[in-house]
Amino acid sequence: MTGRTTDESRRLAKRLAEEISRLAVRPIRLMEVCGSHTVAIFKAGLRQLLPAQVELVSGPGCPVCVTPNEYLDTAVAYSRQPGVIIATFGDMLRVPGSSSSLAAAKMAGADIRIIYSPLESLDIAAANPTKTVIFLAVGFETTAPTAAATILAAEQAGLANWFALSAHKLVPPALRALLEAGGTRIDGLILPGHVSAVIGEAPYRFLAEEYRMPAVIAGFEPLEILQAVHSLARWLRLGEPRLANQYRRVVKPEGNPVARAVLGRVYGEADAAWRGLGVIPASGLVVRKEYQRFDARRKIPVEPEAAREPDGCRCGEVLRGMISPEACLLFRQACRPENPVGSCMVSAEGACAAWYKYGSGRWQG
Amino acid sequence: MMNGDRITLAHGSGGKLSAALVKEVFAPAFSNGALNELHDGARVRMPGAQLAFSTDSYVVKPLFFAGGDIGRLAVCGTVNDLAMCGADPAYLSAGFIIEEGFPVADLARIVSSMGAAAAEAGVAIVTGDTKVVEKGAVDGLYINTAGIGAVLPGTDVSPRRIRPGQDILLSGTLGDHAVAVMAGRYGLELPPAVVTDCAPLNGLVKEILTAAPTVAVLRDPTRGGLATALNELALQAGVGMMIEEGTIPVRREVAAVCDLLGFDSLYLANEGKFLVIVEPNYTEIVLSVLHRHPYGREAAVIGRVTAAPAGQVGLRTIVGGVRLLDMLVGDQLPRIC
Ligand code: SF4
Repeated sequence: MTGRTTDESRRLAKRLAEEISRLAVRPIRLMEVCGSHTVAIFKAGLRQLLPAQVELVSGPGCPVCVTPNEYLDTAVAYSRQPGVIIATFGDMLRVPGSSSSLAAAKMAGADIRIIYSPLESLDIAAANPTKTVIFLAVGFETTAPTAAATILAAEQAGLANWFALSAHKLVPPALRALLEAGGTRIDGLILPGHVSAVIGEAPYRFLAEEYRMPAVIAGFEPLEILQAVHSLARWLRLGEPRLANQYRRVVKPEGNPVARAVLGRVYGEADAAWRGLGVIPASGLVVRKEYQRFDARRKIPVEPEAAREPDGCRCGEVLRGMISPEACLLFRQACRPENPVGSCMVSAEGACAAWYKYGSGRWQG
Repeated sequence: MMNGDRITLAHGSGGKLSAALVKEVFAPAFSNGALNELHDGARVRMPGAQLAFSTDSYVVKPLFFAGGDIGRLAVCGTVNDLAMCGADPAYLSAGFIIEEGFPVADLARIVSSMGAAAAEAGVAIVTGDTKVVEKGAVDGLYINTAGIGAVLPGTDVSPRRIRPGQDILLSGTLGDHAVAVMAGRYGLELPPAVVTDCAPLNGLVKEILTAAPTVAVLRDPTRGGLATALNELALQAGVGMMIEEGTIPVRREVAAVCDLLGFDSLYLANEGKFLVIVEPNYTEIVLSVLHRHPYGREAAVIGRVTAAPAGQVGLRTIVGGVRLLDMLVGDQLPRIC
């Protein structure tokens, strides 16, 4: 809450929307990269406020959504090994893999623990010395530093039965891949707030410099998002692609060097597979040699099933902003939050789940 | 739901899967006119009387939490289910399933809290049952209560009577109960203002129905919260609803906890709040009755019934956008009552 009264917020929002309408002389398509922005936009009903010529599309910034099936299948295969405890955040549980999910494995008897902080997985390992604990480390630059700190803590504690199954991803290389591939017809980007708090402004410079793509690092309050849309509409009108940080109270221009240092100590960059985007160069993090004894993939043999995507699921195109969830024939039919077909319907931050939950954006009343 | 499926915690959440469980498993087996109304309690006819009858089981964890305990909850929950049918609760039953090894002192504390709640509500607990099961078969203690009362004459509280144009009133702040229980469960420190809202609402409901006998419907947003209660009513009545986010009362401290933990107060369980849907010419009367009563001080008009879109609830947000307010899917917080 910003402390503004409803009347004031409404007046401001209306003024911004009118300005946006005046500035957007042609149809413009803006992508909110981050799943938290997707949810914030829906929760505030912002699409309803915007003129018809301004379209907001969701991007690849939902960590659970972009985690490929191969990863989930590996996690499920580990969970079935005797003596293994899987420690994971709750949102991974229901994501369907190729033929099963962690939730199904849990029902069938696998020992899967929901944790709220990666450090809890260390406590589980300490309390179960005869078991093997595997922590599912997924997420962007936001959560990767904590995972790195957990690996350092595991080393300090001398834990021999704790491992990370790591699939951390980096946002800027994914944006480059998206723009490089073309065809998304995106005119501007609303950049993630929390990721930027770690990486700062510099990694986004290429957007305007190389692709003439205006971009705003934005906060999550409805008025902040409208402000970002307003700036993008203005620069598009002026034909001046710029990068702006409008979330200064949280995002320092240089980001968080301390978090990045921890990250850099434990992880190095590597190519990574994204659901929907394929393998993107230098877009993921792998555990450095010095810490490889905590790397589950290297230390614990596993044979996951051959990964395949669910028939008919168009998550890949949704994540690239090519289609809206409603273009998927399964949306609201076979695929619902209580019975999800693809990952974008599972995570609360997934575009399909948000479109479903909040009614597709524009209220037909 | 399919035959190979298993019961998940979400089937007990009060949201979409609970509705599916009732519709696909229970209703076909038990179908009858009183049940099919799918109200909080059933309204049944006995020779010479129009009665309401209801039952509920209580599995809240922990058993004691800020401002209440499982005993007070078990009495108030069933009393409120009857009140929501427009009835005057009179008699309750209480069944206990107790785990071997449970401290008698705790049981005595719970039972005396039930006695106090019954006295406050003006009901008598007239029959009961106790079973003890071996360690591990239940988690401490579960309680079932059932209750019966006479429907207040001259009232007809039923979703069938919801019409476009009626006002939607909420009796007070959202989320207090869920946050109090959650804090107890996870050992969170709460500001002293945040306690369960668990309370018997029959006295207040009786005053409202006396002042405004034409009230269309009453509903307490327990599991699944306000959003789920509104959706159920919209579906049952085949109407739409438009809710004004800025008018929904939420305690500042509760909003802060929700922000911190990622909960949405619109989906959190309440145990001492209810919705009133009424023709607009009675709105002021109902509101003034609510405001005079300790359990209705923060009551507000939060929205209006609309003709379309049938079965859907819209939320006009603080900034003036509109979005769908859907039913709860999955379980935000199992074992909240
Ligand atoms: S609606 Fe379901 S099946 Fe379709 S793209 Fe989204 S997640 Fe995949």
